[in-house]
Amino acid sequence: MTAFSPSSDQSPTDTLAPSLAQGAELLAHGAAEEGHPDHRMFGLATFLVADGMTFAGFFAAYLTFRAVNPLPAGAIYELELILPTINTVLLVVSSFTFHRAAKQLRQNQLGACRLWLLVTAGLGLAFLGGQMVEYFSLPFGLTDNLYASTFYALTGFHGLHVTLGALMILIVWWQARIPGKFTADHHFGVEAAELYWHFVDGIWLILYGILYLL
Amino acid sequence: MTIALPPQTSSSPPGLQPEGWLRYLSFSLDHKVIGLQYMVAGFFFYLVGGALAGMIRVELASPISDFIGRETYNEVLTLHGTVMIFLWIVPVVNGAFGNYLIPFYVGARDMAFPRLNAVAFWLIPPAGFLLIASYFIGGAAQSGWTAYPPLSLTTPAAGQVVWILSVLLLGGSSIFGGINFIATVLKMRRPGLKMMQLPMYCWAMLGTSILVVLSTPVLAGTLVLLSFDIIAHTGFFNPALGGNAVVYQHLFWFYSHPAVYIMVLPAFGLVSEILPVHARKPLFGYTTMVYSILAIVFLGLIVWAHHMFTSATPPWMRLFFTIATAFIAVPTGIKFFNWLATLWGGKIALNSAMLFSCAFILHFVFGGITGVALAQVPFDIHVHDTYFVVGHFHYVVYGGTVFVIFGSIYHWYPKFTGRMLNEDLGRFHFLITFIGFNLCFAPQHWLGLNGMPRRVAEYDPQFTLVNQISSVGALLMALSTLPFLINVFWSAFSGKVAGDNPWNALTPEWLTTSPPPVENWKGEAPLVTHPYGYGVPPGQIDLKAATGRELWSSGQ
Repeated sequence: MTAFSPSSDQSPTDTLAPSLAQGAELLAHGAAEEGHPDHRMFGLATFLVADGMTFAGFFAAYLTFRAVNPLPAGAIYELELILPTINTVLLVVSSFTFHRAAKQLRQNQLGACRLWLLVTAGLGLAFLGGQMVEYFSLPFGLTDNLYASTFYALTGFHGLHVTLGALMILIVWWQARIPGKFTADHHFGVEAAELYWHFVDGIWLILYGILYLL
Repeated sequence: MTIALPPQTSSSPPGLQPEGWLRYLSFSLDHKVIGLQYMVAGFFFYLVGGALAGMIRVELASPISDFIGRETYNEVLTLHGTVMIFLWIVPVVNGAFGNYLIPFYVGARDMAFPRLNAVAFWLIPPAGFLLIASYFIGGAAQSGWTAYPPLSLTTPAAGQVVWILSVLLLGGSSIFGGINFIATVLKMRRPGLKMMQLPMYCWAMLGTSILVVLSTPVLAGTLVLLSFDIIAHTGFFNPALGGNAVVYQHLFWFYSHPAVYIMVLPAFGLVSEILPVHARKPLFGYTTMVYSILAIVFLGLIVWAHHMFTSATPPWMRLFFTIATAFIAVPTGIKFFNWLATLWGGKIALNSAMLFSCAFILHFVFGGITGVALAQVPFDIHVHDTYFVVGHFHYVVYGGTVFVIFGSIYHWYPKFTGRMLNEDLGRFHFLITFIGFNLCFAPQHWLGLNGMPRRVAEYDPQFTLVNQISSVGALLMALSTLPFLINVFWSAFSGKVAGDNPWNALTPEWLTTSPPPVENWKGEAPLVTHPYGYGVPPGQIDLKAATGRELWSSGQ
């Protein structure tokens, strides 16, 4: 077993963007190869299971409300379908563009990778913009009724995730300008942001299904 | 061979960690330092929670509300529950022993994510002080540790919001810890060490951490929604605004029933480490123990609504949750009989660690039986929200887990400090804790069966005598802390020097110095494939036989 240095800066703290970026930086400097094994992707995946359970709790609450709490007479709760459908398409496409970016990175095409990262971040920000437009055009507010509150809580919590994900993408995009920062074999920052982004995308598909279609 | 000790060659580079006692106040990344930080911080909060419990028992020594006002009583019982669960039992039985022991048990030099580990610990003191401080800034939360709406919506908002914030921080700490334990047990094992060769505490912590990762986030999300109801006046859980209070109960118990296993599964694991050492016998039925833990994890996630039989649960739901709860008695019973079989015919050393562990078995069986009784709808409706539930709960978490924490401190203190605890003081500590605990909580079952409601500062005068007996028991429990504290402080400086392995134990943490060096071993980690190979000549141990009849006879 190789020498292990517990004080060296090599473990992820959490899945927030700055630490991902930090982790990527450390990895690029080769800190993780000597000694302490790198299980950051496993840790992130476990964290996403936990995060997914938070959403599962919200979904369960929403579906139970749907089943037992009828909308009171006179209360307004109407959603339009076009804008969220466009948003869904944007987010699904962004998953593919991110996948494309990671693929380019594995083939050492750093320039193309950065381009695709930027496209992905742009799609994420476009989603957030669409969400904003929807919020301002809806005929109900946060405290109007149970369904209105649940709608804003669910989409808001998801929107927070999209915001964090877009920030992560922009950070790895910015870091990738440094030559040797991410290589074909070592690119934890990009890999982690990608996993997180697919997770956020998957959660949206469930949200879209139960909030807009059901 | 039982143990393969590689040659002790290279030494760890010096100067990587702060030395001396100051490192316990630092952002240390050493899992042993973090473990002891958890333990000392947790014990501080145990004293706080104990003082709050003392206030409750003083108030209940007389039927009228004379010692503290009704609202203060509500604040005290809320703080007592929250402090004891989130700041004492969960951090100590998971964080303290888990951090200290798991890297040894898997043959690693630290946890998978040392920095995340330190972050998880350092979330706890601010969260704890935040919670206690809420009492001094306009009053603490008054709605109990369950914070059921609409009660939590109608009591003063400031204390309730601070309570939510504090529990969210502690939940975050718990999730970070859980991720770390899962990664450490699954990914950090020494090459050659198989899952079915791990000491039982690893399995217990793996199961516990799965529960933490799956259920704690649900509580966090629910509390965020509850805080919206309080601050933004949304109506998720407020029936007056068209919301549904029962949904809160479902989501809350989806975490808080597994929370009971988060508190007691690690205790199962610790007892499974202590009993074989002091009975000089292999742990009976290793494989069945492992599958029992996994069964408890699975069943623990699908029994939550047995806390809600009086919340207008439909008949099919009552039926399902009654049956599921009764099923949990099966794996738990398997573990109970395995411990008895481990003790059977062993060379039992009745030292403090063993006495606390045996008392745990006794109390946990009693608390388990009342638990199965409470899962039966007709009985539960009769005793719901009475002192019967309080008695049952404390038999599980105090008589169960806290007794194990004390037993574990007696067992591992020589490893922590290099010195033994005083046995006479330890046995004295056990005696008054045991008498005080049973005197305090056994009568509460009778009180509940006769209809005394819980969480009320006043009661029918016919219950006075039994309440006073219970309060005397609480006083004994408070006094029992003194010999323990004296023992811990005195022995740290003047205790008998322990040596590396005072119990002649086979689990890996004893195969290094006491206290262990920064990276656990000088040189390579030992490969321990038979952590319970007691009483059998090394080389004759067959792991497959350690599952049933063969072990029963060969272990004598």
